Amino acid sequence: MNFSELFRLSGLLGRYSPDGRRLASCVQYRLVIRDATTLQLVQLYTCLDQIQYIEWSSDSLFILCAMYKRGIVQVWSLEQPDWHCKIDEGSAGLVASCWSPDGRHILNTTEFHLRITVWSLCTKSVSYIKYPKACQQGVAFTKDGRYMAVAERRDCKDFISIFVCSDWHLLRHFDTETQDLFGIEWAPNGCVLAAWDTCLEYKILLYSLDGRLLSTYRAYEWSLGIKSIAWSPSSQFLAIGSYDEKVRILNHVTWKKITEFEHPATVASTRTIVYKEVEKSPSVETERLSFPPTRALASSLFSTQSKYDVSQVPVSLQCIKPAADRANPKMGIGMLAFSPDNCFLATKNDNIPNAVWIWDIQKLKLFVVLEQLCAIQSFQWDPRQPRLAVCTGNSKVYVWSPAGCVSVQVPGEGDFQIMSLSWHVSGDSMALLSKDNFCVCFLEREEV
Amino acid sequence: MGDWKTVTVPVLSSDGKNIFQYTSDKKISPPSMNSQVLCLSLPSSKSMHSFFSAFCTEENIDESISYLNRELTTLGFPSIYAESKGKELNLVSIINCMNELLVLQHKNLRAQEEVEMQHMKLGSDMDHLQNCYAKLKEQLELSKREIVGLQERDRQLQSKNRNLHQLLKNEKDEVQKLQNVISSRATQYNHDMKRKEREYNKLKERLHQLVMNKKDKKMAMEVLNYVGRADGKRGAWRTVKTEARNEEEMYKVLLSNYEQRQKQLLVENAELKKVLQQMKKEIISLLPPQKQKPKERSEDGTVLSDLEEDIGELNKENMWELSCETVREQLTNSIRKQWRMLKNHVEKLDNQVSRVHSGALSDKDVISREDHEMETEKLELEIQQCKEMIKTQQQLLQQQLMSPCDDDTTLLLQDCYLLEERERLQEEWRLFREQKKNFEKERRSFTEAAIRLGLERKAFEEDRGTWLKQQFLSMSTDYKRSESVTTPSAFLGSSEQDNRLLKCTSQQRRPRSVFSSPVSAEPCPTFQYLARNSAAPKQHAGDSKPNQWVGSDKEEAE
Repeated sequence: MNFSELFRLSGLLGRYSPDGRRLASCVQYRLVIRDATTLQLVQLYTCLDQIQYIEWSSDSLFILCAMYKRGIVQVWSLEQPDWHCKIDEGSAGLVASCWSPDGRHILNTTEFHLRITVWSLCTKSVSYIKYPKACQQGVAFTKDGRYMAVAERRDCKDFISIFVCSDWHLLRHFDTETQDLFGIEWAPNGCVLAAWDTCLEYKILLYSLDGRLLSTYRAYEWSLGIKSIAWSPSSQFLAIGSYDEKVRILNHVTWKKITEFEHPATVASTRTIVYKEVEKSPSVETERLSFPPTRALASSLFSTQSKYDVSQVPVSLQCIKPAADRANPKMGIGMLAFSPDNCFLATKNDNIPNAVWIWDIQKLKLFVVLEQLCAIQSFQWDPRQPRLAVCTGNSKVYVWSPAGCVSVQVPGEGDFQIMSLSWHVSGDSMALLSKDNFCVCFLEREEV
Repeated sequence: MGDWKTVTVPVLSSDGKNIFQYTSDKKISPPSMNSQVLCLSLPSSKSMHSFFSAFCTEENIDESISYLNRELTTLGFPSIYAESKGKELNLVSIINCMNELLVLQHKNLRAQEEVEMQHMKLGSDMDHLQNCYAKLKEQLELSKREIVGLQERDRQLQSKNRNLHQLLKNEKDEVQKLQNVISSRATQYNHDMKRKEREYNKLKERLHQLVMNKKDKKMAMEVLNYVGRADGKRGAWRTVKTEARNEEEMYKVLLSNYEQRQKQLLVENAELKKVLQQMKKEIISLLPPQKQKPKERSEDGTVLSDLEEDIGELNKENMWELSCETVREQLTNSIRKQWRMLKNHVEKLDNQVSRVHSGALSDKDVISREDHEMETEKLELEIQQCKEMIKTQQQLLQQQLMSPCDDDTTLLLQDCYLLEERERLQEEWRLFREQKKNFEKERRSFTEAAIRLGLERKAFEEDRGTWLKQQFLSMSTDYKRSESVTTPSAFLGSSEQDNRLLKCTSQQRRPRSVFSSPVSAEPCPTFQYLARNSAAPKQHAGDSKPNQWVGSDKEEAE
């Protein structure tokens, strides 16, 4: 693994372009575009205010920068640096902004979720979508970019509208049987829409593209319900993580639960491999499992090396007890992600914040548990192969693959607390983001 | 009381002196008499002596006698007087009375002893009983106390039990209450939420109005120039057609998805059916060996009939394609049946094996087992050997890889290996060159032989030709000139005619042109060969083959 130097960053805004050629990063009000492989500066744009959100268009030709405080969105072109576009929402304010899948329309959500304005870069037309729902995932696009689902709320009832993205024509509009719709997400095949209720009620509804209700699933009543969901890349499985520390998997044929994965504090199964991160003493030890880091890392003074040890089951993991009287307690399955080949599912139980659980979907069993020294900040699968990169807020990046597990220290002085990471489309490199800096890690093909 | 004895002896003496003796007896042993009398009722003591003397003295003898008489008669004894009135004492009666009295005394003594014994016994019994009684009383006390204690405990436990029941009921009530509270609170919460939302919506509407009013001034988009669409096409107006088209598209997407899924399911289904059919076939193939056993005759019948049915089914391969219920059911039922039979079969085999263990069956099985064991041992040995080989190879490989840190030694080693290899290669090259030379020689000899053979053949052919020609000439002299020109290449002449013939044949395309051209070029050697091989008409038959072979050899040589 090779690491680049550290670059300035603000707001954890570091994004690879969808075609993988460029890397955009923000430093306060400046937008810096670099080449993805050489990290050379390609373009530098200056916006009017501190940038809060950036997004690449789907064809990687444009990039939008949203400044919520000023209510302005500025769009820059990669092909023509002189081209500029500014969308001012005025007194309506701005809470969220995103591209449409064709890369020529911008959807702005105004303050108080009054409406969603659809600005077109091709024509002078403006469209409005009224009564959008103020929830976590209120707008969802299908993977092929043809349809958009918007969650709406009128007269204390939830509705879903399905629009055709090519001409913003309303295709379907139907109500949902939810108390308080929390989020919607399309299946990767674009034919099924999952809509789930607020955490006070465990209910997930599955709608077909033409608005018919296919199925409803309720696991239990009264206790806190769904926390996160994830579709498998083949649309075969829907994984639902809930506050009772379990993940339930539904299959796409009958929409019934086929299994549930538990996340107990003690891992007892003998077939599971538990990798425990262990602080390594400064003297070099022979390691059997982790590949020793490159020579460059040995020179850094402040690094405390760590390596992975295989712990013998049964292993008891460190778990925390969340405050019972606060809302949104830190318990339950907060993060879920399927690997791109549909073979693995990575989950994180917020009760056990230091562990990543990797499940084998072919056997529907727990495969690996990674126990880290610090709490997990984020993890992401490599878009090409079953490789999981994990960051825990220190200056190390951890990569797991079925062949083994690696803990790599990012070289450099000072602290570099990695809060988030983002893979390149090809899976050859990834950007590691911290609050003030970011660096790019290049992975060689032979490793791991 | 030694006085007793002294009394009885001196009593029997003369009559006359009886009285005196009596009296003297009386006198001598008043204490004893008195003591006798007194023994009956009073304990002997010195004080009695005075009493005895008090009872009868010399003065009141008569009165004492009469008193005695009176007492005795009241007791039922005869009177001691000789006559009823006189004062003469009947000695006999006195003695009888005394004897009676003695006997009575003995009796009384015995009775007294008995009574005393009994008394003692009773006393000890009494003591014993009293002890028992005391013990039992103690025990009773103890048990009573225990009972009281147990009762107390029982009471306590029951009260505890009641308390716990009470607590449980209370808890259940609480839980119920809490659940009710939760549900009521939830409804309350929902109601409040709805109310707040309505208010909020009103606010939103108001705000919306405000915002829309100011729309003209502030909200705008500035853009340098409008960008073309991503797919390069122009935008279309929204019409009914486009709406319809959109609907169509949507349904197409859905349908394609369903079709794809259905295809996948069909493929899966077909595969599974195939697998089931295979399994069925295999199960059936496993079952027939059972036919020989008499026990399974009845089952055999069913097996056979099933086999027939199944074979019939198998032949109907088209049935697989149909996914109707009946076919599916048939398939699964038949598989289940076969599987059950197979299971029975395996169970029987297991029984057989267990019987073999006890050594009851034929030698065949035993030997086969032994063979089996031997084979397994052999295989294990082989495996071990292979493993060892692998280990040694690995070690060697590691040694190779983990070459010593010293570069020189590695180079040396590498050089050594290289030298070795080089020498080996050189040897091999030498061998190779030798072989090549040998091959060349052989080849040359072969070619020479081939040439020779070819020439011989030619000669032979010529001979044949001449022979045939002679024959022909001998047979018919008429046709000779006219037909010799036209008859084809079978004749290879040695004279000018032949040369002409050959020229003709060489001009005409013949399969043997290859063969013939060198002949025309070298007429001399042919003559030589003819001279040499004039008598070699061996190969009559099979001409075509050798010719071709020669031809090909010729080609090779050239």
